[in-house]
Amino acid sequence: MLKRTMLAAAACGLASVPVFADEVKIGFITTLTTGAAVIGNDMKNAVDLAVEHIGGKMAGLDVEVIYEDDGFKPEIGKQKADKLVKSNDVDFVAGFIWSHVLLASRKSVLDAGKFLISSNAGPSQIAGKLCHENFFSTSWQNDQTPMAMGEVLNRKGVGKLYVMAPNYAAGKNMVAGVERTFTGEIVGKDLTKWGADAQLDFSAELAKVRSSGADALFVFYPGKAGGAFIKQYQQSGLSGSVPLYTVFTIDALSLPRLQAAKLNGVLGSWATQFWSPDLDNPQNRKFVQAFKEKYGSYPSFYAAQSYDTMFLIRSAVEAVNGDLDDVDGMRAAMEKANFPSVRGTFRYGNNHFPIQSFYLREAVVDDDGNWTTRIVETIYEDHQDPYAGECRL
Amino acid sequence: MQSGLVIVQLLNGIQLGVLLFLVAAGLTLVFGVMDFVNLAHGSLYMVGAFICASLTLSLGSFPLAVLLSLPATFAVGLAVEVVFIRHLYHRSHLDQVLATFGLILVFDTLVQIVWGPAGITYPLPNYLNGRVDLLVAEFPLYRLLIIGAGLVVAFGLYLVIGATRAGMLIRAGASNRVMAGALGVDIRALFRYMFAAGAMLAGFGGMMIAPLTEASIGMGNDILLTAFVVIIIGGIGSVRGAFVASLIVGLIDTMGRAFLDDALKLVISNQAAETSAPAVSAMLVYILMAAILYFRPQGLFPLRGR
Repeated sequence: MLKRTMLAAAACGLASVPVFADEVKIGFITTLTTGAAVIGNDMKNAVDLAVEHIGGKMAGLDVEVIYEDDGFKPEIGKQKADKLVKSNDVDFVAGFIWSHVLLASRKSVLDAGKFLISSNAGPSQIAGKLCHENFFSTSWQNDQTPMAMGEVLNRKGVGKLYVMAPNYAAGKNMVAGVERTFTGEIVGKDLTKWGADAQLDFSAELAKVRSSGADALFVFYPGKAGGAFIKQYQQSGLSGSVPLYTVFTIDALSLPRLQAAKLNGVLGSWATQFWSPDLDNPQNRKFVQAFKEKYGSYPSFYAAQSYDTMFLIRSAVEAVNGDLDDVDGMRAAMEKANFPSVRGTFRYGNNHFPIQSFYLREAVVDDDGNWTTRIVETIYEDHQDPYAGECRL
Repeated sequence: MQSGLVIVQLLNGIQLGVLLFLVAAGLTLVFGVMDFVNLAHGSLYMVGAFICASLTLSLGSFPLAVLLSLPATFAVGLAVEVVFIRHLYHRSHLDQVLATFGLILVFDTLVQIVWGPAGITYPLPNYLNGRVDLLVAEFPLYRLLIIGAGLVVAFGLYLVIGATRAGMLIRAGASNRVMAGALGVDIRALFRYMFAAGAMLAGFGGMMIAPLTEASIGMGNDILLTAFVVIIIGGIGSVRGAFVASLIVGLIDTMGRAFLDDALKLVISNQAAETSAPAVSAMLVYILMAAILYFRPQGLFPLRGR
């Protein structure tokens, strides 16, 4: 009896010896339900592909990715972030399509001392006053892409511009971005209802565009709203008189559907972006080709950023040889941006947003007859977001 | 030009109104006549859109797809009534809300399994894609067609309910279900076909709007909330009330989106107006509903005889 008790005690003693983590746990929050699931699935596909490409290991540790669905709602995103850091004890929380979801989830992750990596959303707050040493972005700050578009509009000689965007954090950043660089007059502006019950019928707004006398229309409508907007824009007959300039609206997710619906008017339309499937560098060629082979479609920019997220994390884990307690070491490694990125080489600013190039893209038909985007020219080289100065890092 | 804009916005408001009416008509009949709260009504709107989208893409003809989708959504409505709804008539409203909320989740997931999460975009035929010259402004032909179709449905319902035997039975069932049953009316069969007809109308609404937006998961849940506002304003059970309230809500929503920001700019700063206008215009219909509930809780056109 005594012997057995001693054995049990010994077993307990053994169990309490600290064991080194044998896996890297990554929580990935994105939207896997509602119509926006099409974005979330594309991101998940890219992460799965990245895990496959790195052989499921980082510095010899197994990689475990835990996917969580934010349901397109900030409060659910926050709950999922809490769950990932508290009950799953993940080392990194990544993902985040939506700026308002990221803003709501931010504190839960950072207060727990974990790394927060945005694979898409880039709200101005997190680039500026709310910047944090453990936050990194593999995308862009929201203002940058529309700033590049404002520059394009100036070069094209547009005098009067009408602006439309959804009424949420990113929508306001997009409007602020284009206003920052566009030198002409903004003759009208509409911020429309957003969220799971977003406004999808833009009849009232398009009628206002027509009567405003604008030379051009700038819009930001990500996800399903983009397809709906493009259709109604064409039906309204504005395409002849008020050309359309978009950011984050015409992408690898909307183009195949627009092609199926034969909305040819979208071909030749302009958009700005930091990346395009035809961007010429080894990592991007490998990524785009493998993605097309595995999933049968072009990757979206959401997928490209998610793919980069995994390689950024790997660069951190390998720099500390798998010692996940060495947070300082991992942070220092990520700050170097020393990983193969689909956008080519870039560096991080003080606020951990990329300093990178932005291009003008055109919607075109590829050699196989599929609709995609092609880079026309470089608008900005090594561009840093305008909020970096407000960040005290 | 400004008068042209006002007219175009009026038409936009009426178009939104008739669309709301297509959903609200079935909802108000089921709620008012059968005393049944059906949260899943919006799902039938979504199913109609998806069926029509599939048929349009495979047949290559939008009008033909609509003609075939109408009986299909009628059949879906009938099946839902027979399998689920009829077991819930004698249960409390809370049970009905719970069960039909569950149905929403089932429908959303089924649609995701069958059609995928991406939704379906489909084109209008070229002859519907044009615009009509209204002297002061141009207006998309298809939106006029939606207005026309909605008015035809409204007039048809008015005739059916006011001047046919089926309509008389519906009115009798609404006024006093037990008495109508005692007089030999097969209330169960009446309800079944009425439910299916309501489903078909909602599906028709989905079919009409999808070429403008797209068939997408959850599209019905968005409009259902507004449809409930409509039937509360119009008076529960009243098709005439639903029609008038639909137009009021459609016009308020559109006019709010169109002109509220400019109006607010007269009293507050430009930036505050731009940010608050969409929120305030989204609130306007609920403010109206609250006012109606306070001053006239039975709605604008309450059913008589209850």
